[in-house]
Amino acid sequence: MESMQFFNTARLVVVAGKGGVGKTTVTAVLAHAAARAGLRVLAVELEGKPVLADLLANTTVEVMTITAPEALADYLEAHGLKRVAKRLATSGIIDVVATAAPGIDDIVVLGKLKQLERLDTHDLIVVDGPAAGHAITFLLSARGLMDTVRGGPIRTQAEEVLEMFNDPDRCQVILVTLPETTPINELIETAYSVEEKVGVQLGPVIVNGVDLGEPVPVSAGHGPDDHDGQVDLEAAAEFRNHRRAAQRAELDRLSTDLALAQIKLPQLPVAGIAARDLPALSDALERQIAMLAG
Amino acid sequence: MSTLDEIVDTAEIIVSCGSGGVGKTTSAAAIALHAASIGKRVVVVTIDPARRLADAFGLVDGLTNDPTRVTVAVAPASDRDRDRDSAGTGELWAMMLDPAMTFDGLVRQYAASPERAERILANAFYRNIAGALSGTQEYMAAEKLYQLHRDERFDIVVVDTPPTRHALDFLDAPATLTRFINHRLFRLMMLPARGGMKVLNIAAQPVLRTIGKVVGGDVLADAIAFFQAFEGMEAGFRDRADAVSELLHSPVTRYVLVASARHDTVVEARYFAARLVESQLVVAAVVINRLQPRFGDITPAEALAAAEGVLATDPQLAAMWRNLAELRALADAEEAVIAPLLADADDDAVHRVPLLDSDVHDLDGLREIARHLFAP
Repeated sequence: MESMQFFNTARLVVVAGKGGVGKTTVTAVLAHAAARAGLRVLAVELEGKPVLADLLANTTVEVMTITAPEALADYLEAHGLKRVAKRLATSGIIDVVATAAPGIDDIVVLGKLKQLERLDTHDLIVVDGPAAGHAITFLLSARGLMDTVRGGPIRTQAEEVLEMFNDPDRCQVILVTLPETTPINELIETAYSVEEKVGVQLGPVIVNGVDLGEPVPVSAGHGPDDHDGQVDLEAAAEFRNHRRAAQRAELDRLSTDLALAQIKLPQLPVAGIAARDLPALSDALERQIAMLAG
Repeated sequence: MSTLDEIVDTAEIIVSCGSGGVGKTTSAAAIALHAASIGKRVVVVTIDPARRLADAFGLVDGLTNDPTRVTVAVAPASDRDRDRDSAGTGELWAMMLDPAMTFDGLVRQYAASPERAERILANAFYRNIAGALSGTQEYMAAEKLYQLHRDERFDIVVVDTPPTRHALDFLDAPATLTRFINHRLFRLMMLPARGGMKVLNIAAQPVLRTIGKVVGGDVLADAIAFFQAFEGMEAGFRDRADAVSELLHSPVTRYVLVASARHDTVVEARYFAARLVESQLVVAAVVINRLQPRFGDITPAEALAAAEGVLATDPQLAAMWRNLAELRALADAEEAVIAPLLADADDDAVHRVPLLDSDVHDLDGLREIARHLFAP
């Protein structure tokens, strides 16, 4: 597949996955690669953390934070409730409103994303989705509210968000995982709930921190006594080969259990990704996209 | 600060905290398994609805809101032979928190009458509070800890916190819920009830009318009905919340910080440590999971030079040196990342767990982790 075709699949891409799998990194890499290809890119984060903005600091990508209280205030203002909006925002009533109708905090955020998606100011909007177990409830909020709220502006909002979710030309979800047992189990579970309950299009799965490659040769006689007793070359080679074999087995299992294309991003010799690592990861992403069926 | 050996010896509650994906559940399970192997009666509580704890313990039916006994042998055979006296009494139990069910139990306990309790439990607004209000999960975790701590069956409660930035919210969760219930909006909802006004009139108040416009009238009516039914229960809830809060701040409760060698998880771990200090609590020990093993003492540059040196004569050996150089580069990068965390902690309170050559998903894996956490 051509990179351009990949990035133009849908204008809104929500990146989702459990905590610790590198969701923010993947969001940054997608945004970076698309911007490099000449697209006008907006990256959105939802928690008010600076990590995404730091990663994308020296790129043309615009970074925006959308939090529920702000989105609710904007929403109320847009509906002629400016005075109340101020009061709600300052007195923490958002908790109350969100409790009266769970998902309302999510739907105002999704509503805002939908609004951005309808504008023509960006070619691609990549969202660093909510962390941990919240991703599914976030995506499900529109459907849930259809049951509890039977009329009014919130219901209209939910209907419009669902319409966007169900249109693969407008929105897709990209799931992120690591090549390890538990993250892969959780990814498979998430993929099925997202498809069944939300009806949103799933893009390729992105697997982070993949270390494949030819097995390291293990020639005997390089044990703990080698190099004046300082290193154990043999144990190092065996360890690497074990980890690689385990990763390969997990990736094979993922292919068998989930009919989605896989994009593998390599493990870099760094602990945590910084802005300077993005070009290398974008290169890897482009190579992997080229291998996808068109 | 202490070693985990000291903590398991003296603590009655051990809280495992850290960000998502750092191995909190695994650490909690390994600590519990070890405590049982030295003769303690342990219950480990997970808040993560994923099956990983149940799977690791081989509990095919999964876990519920009540403790299930893990029937497998908790100690390896050699330990049982060596320390027969104490090991024989060890028990391992596990459970998964169900916040809504725990909340229902509290409502039944504090409601003025069974009828009043049923009215609350059936209310749609209450179901939302019990199921989805942010902070409820943390509060119920604290409540469950309190119940298990008083349960005669257990010597130690090990708890795994939710995988969010708000994981430590349970420290002030009791106060948060009280604040929620005492919110002036709710007082507004309840006031007219005392005056005998009808729900319809309450809903006509300007603020409520606005909220009603946004969320719909029936949703609002449910909320008002809830607060009317809840009236009179606040005092009971508040006293209980105070008792829970006191337990969380008492010296029998020890906090173990879990991190992995990645920049973001170290930042989060230090954030958790700061939150604990804010609450006048201390980090008792630090666990750093999944560290690259080192295979000896050499720099990546030296290993690469060694690879160059033998490339012409022995390409296989050169590949082995290159592999070592790559692993060592990763290990060094990790060391730089965890440095700030190490600087904050006493040396003997830091427990390093290496990345194993296969993933941990059963009792043998947990025993392997425990071997790195506790003295032999």
